[in-house]
Amino acid sequence: MRRRVAENLTAYGFLSAALICFAVFSWYPIARGAVLGFQQVDFVTEPTWVGWENFERLFADPLFATAWRNTLLFTALALVFGFVVPFLLAVVLNELRHFKGYFRLIVYLPVMLPPVVAALIWKWMYDPGPGLLNSALRGLGLEGAAWLDSADTSMLSLVIVATWANLGTATLIYLAALQSIPGDLYEAAELDGAGVLRRLWHVTVPQTRFVLLVLLLLQVVATMQVFTEPYVMTGGGPEDSTVTVLLLLYRYAFYYNDFGTASALSLLLLLVLGAFTALYLRVTRKADV
Amino acid sequence: MRTLIAPGRAGVGYKVALAVTTVILTAVFVVPLVWVVLSAMKPAVELARVPPTILPRTWTPGTYVEAWELMDLGRYFLNTIVVAVGVWAVQLAVDVPAAYALSRLKPVLGKGILGMMLLTLMMPAAVLLVPTYLTIADLGLLNNPLALWLLGAANAFTVFLLKRFFDQLPAEVLEAARIDGAGQFTMLWRIVLPLSRPILAVVSIFAVVAAWKDFIWPLLVFSDPARQTLSVALQRFAPDTPVNLLLAGLVLSSVPMIGLFLVFQRHVLAGLTAGSVKG
Repeated sequence: MRRRVAENLTAYGFLSAALICFAVFSWYPIARGAVLGFQQVDFVTEPTWVGWENFERLFADPLFATAWRNTLLFTALALVFGFVVPFLLAVVLNELRHFKGYFRLIVYLPVMLPPVVAALIWKWMYDPGPGLLNSALRGLGLEGAAWLDSADTSMLSLVIVATWANLGTATLIYLAALQSIPGDLYEAAELDGAGVLRRLWHVTVPQTRFVLLVLLLLQVVATMQVFTEPYVMTGGGPEDSTVTVLLLLYRYAFYYNDFGTASALSLLLLLVLGAFTALYLRVTRKADV
Repeated sequence: MRTLIAPGRAGVGYKVALAVTTVILTAVFVVPLVWVVLSAMKPAVELARVPPTILPRTWTPGTYVEAWELMDLGRYFLNTIVVAVGVWAVQLAVDVPAAYALSRLKPVLGKGILGMMLLTLMMPAAVLLVPTYLTIADLGLLNNPLALWLLGAANAFTVFLLKRFFDQLPAEVLEAARIDGAGQFTMLWRIVLPLSRPILAVVSIFAVVAAWKDFIWPLLVFSDPARQTLSVALQRFAPDTPVNLLLAGLVLSSVPMIGLFLVFQRHVLAGLTAGSVKG
């Protein structure tokens, strides 16, 4: 009995620093965030209860709907590019038996760049005049685009940057998954007369279904929180076409010092993302990876 | 190893596919980076030309030195190193003993504590931005790297990875050490850590890379320009710095992470697939 007490004391000694860090920087902020949404908070006066006022202020803000629309557009575009492309790229790379190391290295290089650096590099490449992109397009005899300078193409431009910078991670994860597919499955499918596309659809996709689903959910949660690219590259412009939910949240908190309304927006974001996270947890717990 | 398309058909089609893939991937992932490195060595006037020159007409490699001095990059490098090394050291010092205790000492409520930690992974980072910022402000840690160090230590994913590794260590080795009268601290330091080098390497690299790449937290914590990290300082300088100097600054600030990746490529890629699905 006494030994058990001593063992527990030792264990909690080992745990103490982590418990303090988690309590102060994770658990307490989670609880505090729930309360802040219903308070008026600034650095000047004591917090006061205001009920649903913060939410009403949000709904009255014309940028609120714009921000959600823009964010959903970003997420949708990011899925089209950032979800489908890495998978197909991994399938192609898995077939190639040369330069494997080189391909793995270069697709992952941009992941190592700080996001701010990637954003500033691309901002310069998007320059309609001397920028690399339009120069290359003109070299091919095509029209250049306005990229960041037009509300029609600004969001797409941000998606391209985010995809370029993060594609390597998903590609290499898919590649690892593809390498564990037993070869005789393809063998059998081929004997049954399935062509390449049918083998891809009926063997490759089902065999990697789990990884595909997990990365899909993670990507939705990550892209809904997009901040660095719009903050650094466009500041939300042109014509508010790249104001995202997180950019709006940042403005409420750090331009207007209105932490209550910013927290109300956080709670709404949690409501939307909570569903995806719960699904993600159910999927991964079942597989226990 | 049989894949989607049967091997042994390395005919013309395969060679074309290989060539096309190589050209496209090189154009997309290598050319922009090489372009930036080269363009930083062009004078500002040449950078405004349409169409752009590919190789610099006038080589000005001195831009790199000039950028370093004009933007005072040494200071921001130092700030970033202080943040990244601190995050790494504090994260290991805090999370290794915690993971060891949860894995091997099985304290009362241990399962509940791990559950509470993993629960924080469910919280989208953005949702906690404001309450965590206010907590940092209340503690008087604004403009103090300690804020980012402690924030980095509350990393459930690291605890999870370490615990999972400690769970798989051979019980008889630990048992033998216990019979020899080793205390828990000696056990962790002498027996467990030397056996855990692979996972420690993965966790270390990920901690340093994440800290170096981080933008939003340094942006919020360091309002004092003198304390800012490279990312925060560079985006502050971007609007009114000559393009060639800015590009040189971008290249310089990327060199450490690219170098780290080239040296530890195997560890990075191993860690990616080991913890990918929960990360």
